[in-house]
Amino acid sequence: MGQYTAKDFKSNQEVRWCPGCGDHAVLAALQRALPSVSEEEKLPKEKFVVVSGIGCSSRLPYYMDTYGFHSIHGRATAISTGIKVARPELSVWQACGDGDALAIGGNHFIHAIRRNIDINIVLFNNRIYGLTKGQYSPTSKLGAITKTSPYGTVEPPFNPGSLVIGAKGTFFARSLDMDLKLNEEIMVEAARHKGTSVMEMLTNCVIFNDGTHREISDPAVKADRTIVLRHGEKMIFGANRDKGLVLDGMQLKVVTIGENGITEADILTHDAHCADPGLQLMLAEMKGPDFPVALGILRDVAADTYDKGVNRQVEEVSAKAKVHCVDELLRSGSTWEVV
Amino acid sequence: MQNKVIDVKDVVIRFAGDSGDGMQLTGSLFADMSAIYGNGLSTFPDYPAEIRAPHGTVSGVSGFQVHIGDGSVNTPGDFCDLLVAMNPAALKANAKWCKPTAMILVDDDAFDEAGMKKAGFTTENPFEELHVEDRTLIVAPITTLTKESLKDSGMDQKAILKCKNMFTLGMACYIYSRPLEYIYQYLEKKFSKKHPEVIAPNKKVLNDGFNYAANIQAIPNTYAVAKAADLPKGTYRNITGNQATAWGLIAASEKSGLPLFCGSYPITPATAILEELALHKNLNVRTMQAEDEIAGICTAIGASYAGQLAATTTSGPGISLKSEAMGLAVMAELPLVVVDVQRGGPSTGLPTKTEQTDLDQALYGRNGECPMPVVAAHSPGNCFDAAFNAAKIALEHMTPVLLLSEGFLGNGSEPWRIPSMKDYPAIVPPFVSGELAEGEKFRPFERDPETLVRRWAVPGTKGYEHRVGGLEKNHAGVLSTDPANHAQMVAERAEKVQRIASSLPPLKVRGPQSGKLLVVGWGGTYGHILSAVSEVEGVSFAHFDYILPLPANTGEVLSSFEKVLVCELNSGQFARYLRGLFPGVDIRQCNKVQGQPFLVTEIVEAIQKEM
Ligand SMILES: Cc1ncc(C[n+]2csc(CCOP(=O)(O)OP(=O)(O)O)c2C)c(N)n1
Ligand code: SF4
Ligand SMILES: [Mg+2]
Repeated sequence: MGQYTAKDFKSNQEVRWCPGCGDHAVLAALQRALPSVSEEEKLPKEKFVVVSGIGCSSRLPYYMDTYGFHSIHGRATAISTGIKVARPELSVWQACGDGDALAIGGNHFIHAIRRNIDINIVLFNNRIYGLTKGQYSPTSKLGAITKTSPYGTVEPPFNPGSLVIGAKGTFFARSLDMDLKLNEEIMVEAARHKGTSVMEMLTNCVIFNDGTHREISDPAVKADRTIVLRHGEKMIFGANRDKGLVLDGMQLKVVTIGENGITEADILTHDAHCADPGLQLMLAEMKGPDFPVALGILRDVAADTYDKGVNRQVEEVSAKAKVHCVDELLRSGSTWEVV
Repeated sequence: MQNKVIDVKDVVIRFAGDSGDGMQLTGSLFADMSAIYGNGLSTFPDYPAEIRAPHGTVSGVSGFQVHIGDGSVNTPGDFCDLLVAMNPAALKANAKWCKPTAMILVDDDAFDEAGMKKAGFTTENPFEELHVEDRTLIVAPITTLTKESLKDSGMDQKAILKCKNMFTLGMACYIYSRPLEYIYQYLEKKFSKKHPEVIAPNKKVLNDGFNYAANIQAIPNTYAVAKAADLPKGTYRNITGNQATAWGLIAASEKSGLPLFCGSYPITPATAILEELALHKNLNVRTMQAEDEIAGICTAIGASYAGQLAATTTSGPGISLKSEAMGLAVMAELPLVVVDVQRGGPSTGLPTKTEQTDLDQALYGRNGECPMPVVAAHSPGNCFDAAFNAAKIALEHMTPVLLLSEGFLGNGSEPWRIPSMKDYPAIVPPFVSGELAEGEKFRPFERDPETLVRRWAVPGTKGYEHRVGGLEKNHAGVLSTDPANHAQMVAERAEKVQRIASSLPPLKVRGPQSGKLLVVGWGGTYGHILSAVSEVEGVSFAHFDYILPLPANTGEVLSSFEKVLVCELNSGQFARYLRGLFPGVDIRQCNKVQGQPFLVTEIVEAIQKEM
């Protein structure tokens, strides 16, 4: 047992989310994950920073007893980036909603992924604007009836997984809010991963979008409609653990083990570390009724990080520099004397 | 032929040509050479927004004005003694800037039918058409002569034509008795590594231009401007405002012991600050070219939160994008320097031209009551001190600070006496120190009773974990919508900024300390106003480097005069601000919103009208 327990990461602030809101569970998972991260990375609590934008989910930093920054709508990613470039030794965590990260903050989001800055983004996807009381978001399903789309939306949603993996993001995981154990596991892995880690948490907004993930989260069907991917393990799912994924030509296909001569050996093995995003992208795009929705860590590949790159360059340039202080800088180049 | 060398106190030379003619380089070389020779000097690049605007048209003309003198020089000069016009369009765009006694040097080869037509001349004599036929005209076949000069150089035709500006520079050097050595050195330094083959041809064409000018009859006299005698002793260098701004920030980083972080997005005319900072990673500088201006300021806010000296550099449109995040820095009370190198607005406006039209935006351009200190630079070299002071205020008072520069300052240059860092004060941010008592919680918005400044606990400081953000909170940092608490926090944030005044230098008056008329300016109009007031007897002058808060003695100074004439490159923003604060003062205005600096004569006229 390490230095901290989940309790050490709980602030004394009263949690103000609606009872039943999926955000509670994600907060609990984070509070459980950080003690392990702290132990593994040998980081004391004061080296953790939690940043957020604006939205219900962005209230999270107030509930963590760490350094925290509740910023402005959509900009958390840019603020996290600045913190991490300035102080690469800090463990930077970010909470943001689907609107916060993918609508107003979409630009910063894709550029964080492109740069591969080493931050951990927890994306609370309730497919709705919670804080502003129920308008559709960039992840709302096509046709969603919300306050600003009383006749249904006519714009298709983003799939955050396709967005991240399609852009060759280095880490993407997806999970349901109440899967505390899996979420904790994902968060610890995200911290291990050096680069931008995006954790899409499918959260339930009980007030404005209740049941949006029900078709996969309902305990009665969950095992058949989701698959939890683990690196190096077979892609097997189903209440009876008899279903699996295979490649049929260029396409994924669901098969039943024991039928048509299929054995466990035929089932694909998940390779989250594969640099080529092809298969991971297909996994990210799986949806019902034909396919299970992929949960767990879909992609986790090693690559240089932006914060390291920036700071390495500072060191390299400094090592070679002829100018070491401002007085020398001011006198570099052509100068002349007035006597 | 040996002609007469006439000593003159100062001369203004305007190099003008197509934007591809290299006039900016020609002008800067002439300026640098004069600076090193020891002249006082001021420059004004005036170029179009397009990199290669339509060839040969008036809108595509690029100009660079250099004013050199045998004493310190305050402005780039209103009118020129020599106009170099590389084509008809350049002549057309700039003839109005010629003094009655001016020389006009043109490339005759460019004045063919096509060129004349493109420039919109309707008669055959461009000089008569522009009413400058009585100036001293030096009509030289520069293109032909350049080709002739370089015919054996082995260079291709295109490369040869690019050397026209060097031929012209050679001629200008002859006219103003400038030795060519400096330019030789420049060419060697610049090209010795990558293109050593171009050094000799460039030297040759420069020399041929010089000799050509010496041999023709068209140049009646040559001139000499002696070294400036009144310049304070010291080591000098030439510096642009943008470079000085970057260096001032680096100096503040050194004096505070904090690394410098700059998050910015390229925009004219501010880009050179980011470019300059990117060069100096060796001085603990991190720069980030962000995906947009919002990310620029937000990454800087992140770096500030993490405990560094943070800056973001931009121009007006970028300030518009940054306003929400500036509000966040005000609310979270984090240090940050926001540099606005103003250009002509609104919207994209006149990107390459100069104005002071962002003052209202700097003072008021954020939602809620959101006070931010505003500091203004008054000359290219002064950008160094202005940036240093802005950073010092930001770090010691835990506030974002807006530093107003201008295109005219950022791109302009002047000889600058190099200061010594030992003469600059230390910068001491209010970091927390010591361990908290058992069970004690850090109160992030508890204030110093005197300055109202909060303390700074950066991530990594044990026991001081706390949350900041854009929501209203109380002194403990706990969110609060309590009406009385909000009223108090609004008042405290404003008062905190006002109290900075007690650490600012008092406003100085040049000339009589009371009387009929005080001329007032702020920012980059300093040199022009200084020249103007020197031409009128009995008028006083006060220039503001600090706009919010104002120096503590401002009211006292203004009310010592019957009238106050505020000169600024906008429709009266500072005048309106002063009227609001000092209703008893009779404030008059002298304004210009043309994307151009003042002419000294314009200010002189305005002063005379009020006298
Ligand atoms: C600049 C700006 N625009 C709009 C808003 C209003 N606003 C606050 S949160 C929000 C969307 C919240 O949705 P999401 O990001 O999905 O977070 P959730 O509340 O669902 O967790 C909006 C539109 C704002 N605070 N700032
Ligand atoms: S409105 Fe929805 S997202 Fe917001 S706290 Fe309530 S349940 Fe959660
Ligand atoms: Mg949402």
